[in-house]
Amino acid sequence: MTQFFTHVLALAPLLILCATIVTVMLAIAVRRHHFTAATLTVIGLNAALLSLIGVLQVTPIQVTPLFIIDDFSVLFGAIVLVASLACTTLAHAYLETLPDRREEFYLLLLCSAGGALALIASRHFASLFIGLELLSVPLYGMVAYAYRDRISLEAGLKYMVLSGAASAFLLFGMALLYAASGSLEYVGLVDGMANGGAHQSWVLIGVGMMVVALAFKLSLVPFHVWTPDVYEGAPGPVSAFLATVSKVAVFALLLRFFTLAAPAANDWLLTLMGVIAFASMMIGNLLALRQRNVKRLLGYSSIAHLGYLMTAIVAGGDLGTEAVGVYLATYVATTLGAFGVVTLVSSPYSGTDAGALHHYRGLFWRRPYLAAVFTVMMLSLAGIPMTAGFLGKFYVIAVSVESGLWWLAGGIVAGSAIGLYYYLRMMVIMFLDEPGESRRDAVSGWGQQSGGIMVLLLAAAVAFFGIYPQPLIALVNAAGMASG
Amino acid sequence: MILCWLLFVPFIGGLLCWQLESRHAPSQVPRWIALLTMLIVVGLALWLWMTGDYSLAGTVGDSPSWVREFRLGWIERFGISFHLAIDGLSLIMIMLTGFLGVLAVVCSWREITNRIGFFHLNLLWIIGGVIGVFLAIDLFLFFFFWEMMLVPMYFLIALWGHSGSKGNTRIGAAMKFFIYTQASGLLMLVSILGLVFAHYSQTGVFTFDYVVLRDTPLTGAISYVLMLGFFIAFAVKLPVVPLHGWLPDAHAQAPTAGSVDLAGILLKTAAYGMLRFAIPLFPEASAQFAPVAMALGLVGIYYGALLAFSQTDVKRLIACSSISHMGFVLIGIYSGTLLALQGVIVQMVAHAFSAAGLFIISGQIYERIHTRNMSEMGGLFGRMGALPGFALVFVMASLGMPGTGNFIGEFLILFGAFESVPWVVVLASGGLILAAIYSLVLMHRVYWGTPKSEASLGGLDPREYSMMLLLLVLTLWVGLFPNTVLDISQTAMTEVTDWFAVSPLPTR
Repeated sequence: MTQFFTHVLALAPLLILCATIVTVMLAIAVRRHHFTAATLTVIGLNAALLSLIGVLQVTPIQVTPLFIIDDFSVLFGAIVLVASLACTTLAHAYLETLPDRREEFYLLLLCSAGGALALIASRHFASLFIGLELLSVPLYGMVAYAYRDRISLEAGLKYMVLSGAASAFLLFGMALLYAASGSLEYVGLVDGMANGGAHQSWVLIGVGMMVVALAFKLSLVPFHVWTPDVYEGAPGPVSAFLATVSKVAVFALLLRFFTLAAPAANDWLLTLMGVIAFASMMIGNLLALRQRNVKRLLGYSSIAHLGYLMTAIVAGGDLGTEAVGVYLATYVATTLGAFGVVTLVSSPYSGTDAGALHHYRGLFWRRPYLAAVFTVMMLSLAGIPMTAGFLGKFYVIAVSVESGLWWLAGGIVAGSAIGLYYYLRMMVIMFLDEPGESRRDAVSGWGQQSGGIMVLLLAAAVAFFGIYPQPLIALVNAAGMASG
Repeated sequence: MILCWLLFVPFIGGLLCWQLESRHAPSQVPRWIALLTMLIVVGLALWLWMTGDYSLAGTVGDSPSWVREFRLGWIERFGISFHLAIDGLSLIMIMLTGFLGVLAVVCSWREITNRIGFFHLNLLWIIGGVIGVFLAIDLFLFFFFWEMMLVPMYFLIALWGHSGSKGNTRIGAAMKFFIYTQASGLLMLVSILGLVFAHYSQTGVFTFDYVVLRDTPLTGAISYVLMLGFFIAFAVKLPVVPLHGWLPDAHAQAPTAGSVDLAGILLKTAAYGMLRFAIPLFPEASAQFAPVAMALGLVGIYYGALLAFSQTDVKRLIACSSISHMGFVLIGIYSGTLLALQGVIVQMVAHAFSAAGLFIISGQIYERIHTRNMSEMGGLFGRMGALPGFALVFVMASLGMPGTGNFIGEFLILFGAFESVPWVVVLASGGLILAAIYSLVLMHRVYWGTPKSEASLGGLDPREYSMMLLLLVLTLWVGLFPNTVLDISQTAMTEVTDWFAVSPLPTR
């Protein structure tokens, strides 16, 4: 009985999210009310976040063969929940004027966040697949939520088709691995392979296919083509969700998979992943150079950033795990801030989002603090000291130097140098004051809205951890991964 | 603690400028705050000079003779600490920074008329970052300030700069400056990390502390590669010739205050970095590399002079002459003798004053005739009150006339280097002739010749006059009493020589 309770406690965040989903659904059924739905969602996400403190009492613990709840999953779960909260606050202001049903958005968002939590804690192919699909399928709907806007609908369809293809790869890969090892657990995979050494090539193909599927979700080169279109087409809060929650969850899974099933990653595969990482840094940054749309630009920049991050997986080791934690935390804060500003400028909904660069011309002189926030986020993405982004960059360079991956370190340096060009251009545009073709502004009281407060807090956090990162490093260091 | 104040006063002052402007716009308040801030910095630096004893004898192996030190734990995970220290070398650089900071504020008094508060925020943050570079003794902290100071400089050029001809915009120039320096900075970060991990693998201790890392024994190839990472970062900033592409553009498009800071201080951070980090951290590799570095210095002297000769834009000409002057500095640093290194210090101080003077004068001419194109000038002598007279003095200083600090600097460098690398000195001396040619060309094209009109363009007002007079006095003071500077830097330079001498120079 006590074991039952510890297991329930360990799964509490997920269970609370499910309960919230049901509650929001019932509330919508009783009476449609945007504010109520949003409030219930926020309460549910906060409750799940608080329950993580309780979960820490019982970690590490394996719950059913499917899940392993350790400090690692608590940390990444917390990142996912905070990012979901941020997207909810953004969405509320954004959806206020959407000429359509607004409440279901929160259902989709909660489902997707639940999928992310499941994915982070999975130690079994079944929970991997369920988690990944639960994360992705609601996203199709969210991306196409403003479906009266053609570009949003197109983005949703594009994401759905390609995501389906990726899932097929994933399933095929899993099937091959199961055939080779007779196990669906990551850990069992290793033993299974040790017993039947003749199947090495099948294992490689299987792991390779899984990497393809996950690389698609992480939008790594050469599976990145969908990213800019979807980021551009999706409503602002959804782009933010896609760039943070979905990336964090999938990356956490990738890291756990390669840590638990380490022998599955042989040198050949690691080199391949290094090449993917290198190509992502280069191509992501190069393609971003000529973008005239902020959301597309951020999409390409995310390709490059995930490329930097892959370095940590290729290098592996304790420092690698630590680097992933620190990098993702800083990256999520920065990306949320950047998309947050884009969303605030585009809120409330009035057709296509304010994406074009000229919309931001002179923003600093009209909304100085909002532009200052965006400046901080751009500097952080570029990895300039005094921002959290520098810490992340410092970590990935340190990891690559430590394990002697000089070519990847060179790639990071070159990629950052290219990246500077568009981050700086984006930044400086806000300080120019020549009259733009058309201007879009955040509403005048943006600083008092929940979304505005959230963005200001993020900027404060990015600056604080840029100057004094020790607490963040200590936190990530405490969140070790269980070996079960 | 006083080191912290020295560091934080500009940052706080900058924020005050920005915040107070938005309350009472438009006003002169930010200017006065900025001026006050810089005067406090100068005051603190002078106080450090008066109270500290900078003539301690340094010895290799012992902890260096920091006059003051401040240390606070920062990122324990990697053994990074907030570690500031000052010795003679840093003190000279900081006093220089303070003086030029005051000048930068004063010379933009009339030039900058829009967004005054934000301008001074950037200006003061550059000064703060530079002071951080000169004080930081922890490699991470050093890198932190090294990169940090680029952002306000970028804004300074991009927002208040002058757009030149088409395709040569201020934003382009700012971007070029930033990408050059940031990319090379990241190479240095890779090198720093390489050094730290090398130290970690030998001792099992993570540390970024300069004094500890200095004793890391490194083998040939690795130390050479790591040294190159540092060298390239500093070479871009100095600039050394193949990496100088950003400099003429950045100078030409920057506002006067930006040029003064750029030529006067930012270039000096590179020489400081070589003296403080590149050589003591990798003495053997640096000694091996010295002939290449000196060859690059020679190329820089001639190439910079030729570039300067072919410019039509006054500010570009002065910028290119900086490349030439920094060639001497590079030769002095890598020749490794005490005399040459002392000469490097004097040369840096003197060049900062003369270049600042010339840039301020170009700014004042631009305010009056709204062009920097020399072919549209000519015959300005006698039309601008005392300004051409001052210009003549700074041009003479720039070409190394005895009596000015530049003469002492170049003389000491050449004289000091002669015993170890005579042929380099012989070749470098030829650069002095070219310096005389382009300096006289500058004088001739701008101030002599047939005037475009006879109307007076207005003389110097008291603000401009006092700025020029201050710079003039300083230039002559360094020229006539170089011991003021040499005494302060003696110990620090002796240490550098000792580090260099640990391994005998192959050129000796």
